[in-house]
This record gives sequence, C-alpha cells and structure tokens, in this order.
Amino acid sequence: MSAPLLEVRNLHAGLKDKQILKGVDLTINAGEVHAIMGKNGSGKSTLANVIMGREVYEVTQGEITFEGKDVLDMDPEERAREGIFLAFQYPVEIPGVSTSYFLKAAVNATRKHRGLKELDAAEMIKLVKEKMTLLKMDPSFMNRAINEGFSGGEKKRNEVFQMAVCDPRLCLMDETDSGLDIDALKVVANGANQLRGKDRGILIVTHYQRLLDYVVPDYVHVMTDGRIVKTDGPELAKKLEELGYDWVEKELAAAV
Amino acid sequence: MAQLAENLATDLKQFTQFTLHRKAPTWLDQIRLNAISRFHVTGFPHPKDEEWRFTNITPITRGSFEHAPVVSTEAAESVLQKYTFGEEAAAELVFVNGHFSPLLSRMPAAVKRGVTVTCFARAVEASGELFRAHLGRYATIESNPFVALNTGAIGDGAFIHIDKNTTVDGVIHLLFLSTRPGGEPTVAHPRVLITTGENVEVAIVESYAGDGGQYWTNAVTEIAAGANCRIDHNKLQLESTDAYHTSTLHVRLDRGAQFVSHSITLGARLTRNDLICHMAGEGAYATLNGLVILSGEQQCDNHTLLDHAMPNCPSHELYKHVLDGAAGGLFKGKILVRKGAQKTDSKQNSKCLLLSERATFNAMPALEIYADDVKCTHGSTTGPVDDEALFYIRSRGVSLEAARHLLTYAFAADVTRRIKVEPVRRRIETFMAEQHGLPQDLRIQDLANFDEAVL
Repeated sequence: MSAPLLEVRNLHAGLKDKQILKGVDLTINAGEVHAIMGKNGSGKSTLANVIMGREVYEVTQGEITFEGKDVLDMDPEERAREGIFLAFQYPVEIPGVSTSYFLKAAVNATRKHRGLKELDAAEMIKLVKEKMTLLKMDPSFMNRAINEGFSGGEKKRNEVFQMAVCDPRLCLMDETDSGLDIDALKVVANGANQLRGKDRGILIVTHYQRLLDYVVPDYVHVMTDGRIVKTDGPELAKKLEELGYDWVEKELAAAV
Repeated sequence: MAQLAENLATDLKQFTQFTLHRKAPTWLDQIRLNAISRFHVTGFPHPKDEEWRFTNITPITRGSFEHAPVVSTEAAESVLQKYTFGEEAAAELVFVNGHFSPLLSRMPAAVKRGVTVTCFARAVEASGELFRAHLGRYATIESNPFVALNTGAIGDGAFIHIDKNTTVDGVIHLLFLSTRPGGEPTVAHPRVLITTGENVEVAIVESYAGDGGQYWTNAVTEIAAGANCRIDHNKLQLESTDAYHTSTLHVRLDRGAQFVSHSITLGARLTRNDLICHMAGEGAYATLNGLVILSGEQQCDNHTLLDHAMPNCPSHELYKHVLDGAAGGLFKGKILVRKGAQKTDSKQNSKCLLLSERATFNAMPALEIYADDVKCTHGSTTGPVDDEALFYIRSRGVSLEAARHLLTYAFAADVTRRIKVEPVRRRIETFMAEQHGLPQDLRIQDLANFDEAVL
C-alpha cells in the first residue's frame, strides 16, 4: 500500500513562548475530505499553517510526511511545489503585483519542479479562464493587484480560484468560509467540490458546520487545546453545531 | 578653506577663459561674477545650517576637484552608447564633462516649429533677450551656495524653449556624461533652462551618468512653465557609485500649468537633490514623484518644497526609497501654503523599504500654512519586506529570493508605472534586474498588467 497523502504524528508546535499544538495525529489519504473543527484558540489554524511551513511556528516534536516525504525540512515553496496548498484565512494584499503575473510564476514554479513544460501566456490564459468560470469571477480580477481593495468575500474566492489553478494534491482551507455570504459560500463550496477527487485530499479548518453542508466531509475531527480529541463522520459536525463544544470536553473529562 | 580659495581661483580663471573664448555678452559675465562673489561670501553650507545639517558634504568641501576636461568624441562614445536614447528621443543633447558635444548630439534641424533645443552659446546668439530674461531668475544665487557655484561656472548648458500652443511629440533628452581619462577628481556644473509659452505639452528627460571614478556633478535646472502647460519632467541619476551629485531643480508654474516630476536616484556615492516647485498661478498642479534605490554606502538626501503661492492649486508627492546594505536616505518634504493660497489641496507620502538592517531612512515632513481653507496631509512608512506577504507568495511555490525581488519590484512599481517615458522605465527595470537579480523577462508593466488578452 502506498504512503498516505498526509501523515501527522505526535506534532508539537507553537510560538517561541507558547505551546499551541500538543501532540496532533492526523492521517489523510488521497480522495478523502477531512474537517477540523474547534473553538477559537484550539490550534486548528496553527496546524494548517505548520503543515504549510509558516516560519513563525516552531516544531518541537513529531513529524509531518507528505506522500511519504518528510516535509519539516522543506521551505514553504518546496512544500507548495510538492503539492500542498494553503488557502489563507487572511489573504495578503500585495499592491503592484497582478494576480495573473503571480499565478503564472506560481504555476510554472510547480510545473518546473515536477519536470513539466512551463505554460506560456496562451496556455495560462486558457487555464485561468476555465477556473474563473468555475469560481464565477469577474475577469478584471486578473489585472488587479493581488487582493488589493478586495472585499473579504472576494479575497476568499480568490484563494479558492488560485487553489484551482495551482492544482495541488492537498488542499488546506483555513476558515475559507468565514466572512462569506450565502451565495459566495455556495460558489466557494462548488469550487472545493470540483477539486474533490481520488488523487486529492482536502482539509477544511472551520468554526461552523455551514460550509460542510455543501462540502460533505468523510471525517470530522474536533480539536481542543492543541490535540484532536474526537473523530467521527459528517454527523459530528451537525451535533457540534447544535450542542457546541462543551459536551465534547465533558465527555473527555469523564473518560479520564 | 585653502581648497575653497583654490577652487574659486580656478573658477575665476575659467571664467576669464570663457569670456575671452566665447565672447560672452557682458550681462552673462555679470551674472557669473555676481555668483562667484556670492559664493566667496557664503562658502559652502555650514554643517549646522538647518537645511544642510543632515547632508554630509565634507567629501565635497574637503575634496579637490579640477574642472572636468574636454575629451575627444571617441573617448565619450562608449559611455554614450550605454545611456543614449537613440532614435527613441525626438532630440538628444549630449554634454560630456559639462561641455556640449555637437557631434554626439542629435538636434533635428527643427524638432517641430516653435521648438528650440540648443546649447547656451547658440541661445545667447539666437534667443538673447528671452534667454537673458529667464537665466538665473528662478534658481537664484542666494537660494543655496551650490547654485551660486553652478551659476559662477555657467558655460555650456541646455536651453529649451517651446512656443505657445505646441505639443512636442516624443521626448527631449538631455544627457550629461562624465568620463575621466584618470588623474584628479573633476567637477562639472551642468545647467539647464527650460521656458514655455502657454498651452504647451512636452516631455523632457535629464540623465546624469558616468563611467566610473571620483567626480562631482553640480547641476542646476530652471523651468518656467507658461499657463496651462503640461510638462513631464524626468530626472534619471545614474552616476558612478564613487561620484558626488548635487542638484537643484527650480520650477515656476503659471496659471493652470501641470507639472509632473519623476526624480530617480540610482547612482552616486552622495546625492543631494533640492526641488522647488513654485505654484505662481492659480490652479497650477504639481506632482512630485521620486524613486531612490541605493545599496552599499550610498547616501541620498531629497529636499522638496511645494510652494503654494496662489489659490486652488493641488499638489501630490510620493517618494519611495529602496535601501540595501548600509545605504542612507533622507526625505525632507516641505509644503508651504502662503497667505491667500486658499483651497490648496496637498498630499505628501514617503515610503521606505529597508532591505538590510544596516540601512537607515529619515522622513521629515514639514507643513507651513498661512491660509485657513486648505487641505494638507502627509504620511510616512518605513519597514522591511513584509513577512506575511513573503510567506503568502512562497506558499504558492515561488522561491524566497524571487518573492523578495517581486515585493521590491512591486514597491518601486508604484512610482515606475507612472513614468510615461518608456526608455526611462526600461532603464530602471534593467538597473533593478541587475541589482536585484530579477528574471530577464520580468517587466514592471507585466507586474501590473500581465496580459490584456486575459480580458
């Protein structure tokens, strides 16, 4: 059997003076959609960022492998080229750089890494147009500076659009649903569903169950205080939405 | 001071030679003599002089500079090749070591009717009265000792006059080159006078460049823009990294005149630019943009003055600095709103990107307002490359190095994309590509507008 897409083992990580992840175990196989839910500060966004290689977090223990390769020694760009994509919770505005230029650089860096021919302008336009239609995006997005002056919803949509263009093996979606109205949420969910496939894994980090109504996960994990404490099917998300997180904590306390 | 006296003696000697040689009119003799006398009294600015205390001019005041010699056309050819705009300029005047080079210049007999682009010697003969009425009137010898020095040394220079209701197609390029056969450091005092009638549209570039070694360029440019003119002025400073560059640009805008300045500093060990824009007519509109990209031990001080003397004048100012190594930058932007200059609308902004922890930047905005119905704002930011932005770009597969370059490029693009003269923009791009190792195929306009075909 081939190695899982993503394997996180006993992961401890945090900021200089603050431990945030305290032993996370998570396995995602190709074709699976996972959701991680949890309260604010439980560490779920940190997990997504640590997998992507954000340097502000220090990994003190444990391992992360992607398709069997140790990623902890890789720079963020290497992880991206290997096929990991993080849709940011707070996408960054970069004045002066158009989305189109940026995407061409991004796509070709990855293609080069994989030994594929770099896309020329015409091929890039074809790819971009296809994905713009998928995300119902205004073509003017392409010539606007990355995220500059975008509304919260536009930024999130732009993240999923970029994800579709970059064609990753593992999609990390960090609270992509926050700040979206119901129409935008459906568009984003549709984009994510289109990416769903037997070769790809998706990890959705979210507070709420509403995105999961449209992108139904195979597994739902609950994170509390830097650990995954409960894993179940999609019905767990509904239960959390109805009852909150307290019952999980009570259950945990009872088990001790 | 011994050196100073020597300099002055040299100035006087040169002056006499010039007078004898060129048979300059007595009025010009007088201007020069007055200037030399003025400098005799003031000397170089004192280190404690408020306007000069942040600029370390000791390498200039303590240095010993010979007047830059006339060199053969052949000797200047190689440096010219690097900096000429060639056919991209409607006219190109070339000065080598401060001396006009008719052989290297391209002055199509008539760029257009009503357009005069010539050297001072010819201007004295052909446009005597007009030339005399404006020379030294704006950048006065009292304004600053470096202007006095330059004025005392007036010999060759560039004179541009454009008659009213004329639109000049293409760009007029004034190229000041320094080339040294070796030996002692030299000084040149380039001088430019630009005057226009009403309703003129023109783009002008002044380039300053050299092929190495220690030399000093002390330039003065005066621009008198007639009513409702649209003047696009670009100054591209690409001096050798051991050179010193001091300059004053003094602009006077008549009613409704629109002036755009792009001041680009990429070269010289020490640069001091003074830019004074005097809005002397109602509804004049000034835009001052600056870009400074330095590394190593380079220093650059930009002092600007937006002088609002009449009502209803908007002005915009954006200066951007990219500083690496142990480079130092200073931006002192003064907005003066005189009594009666109501409805002034002035915005000033300076931004600095520090690429190294040893680089330093100072922003000194100054507002002096004597009218009560005005809008003046200023802002300044200084900081390193944004870590958030770096991580964002890298997370999409772009290398750390490329991400840094991209952000640096994008930072500068805020100014460069506003530059309308293509050869100027291209030169900055080339410079950045060489300095900051950008991919050959990356162009500033690509960043902002990768491919219109997407639409």
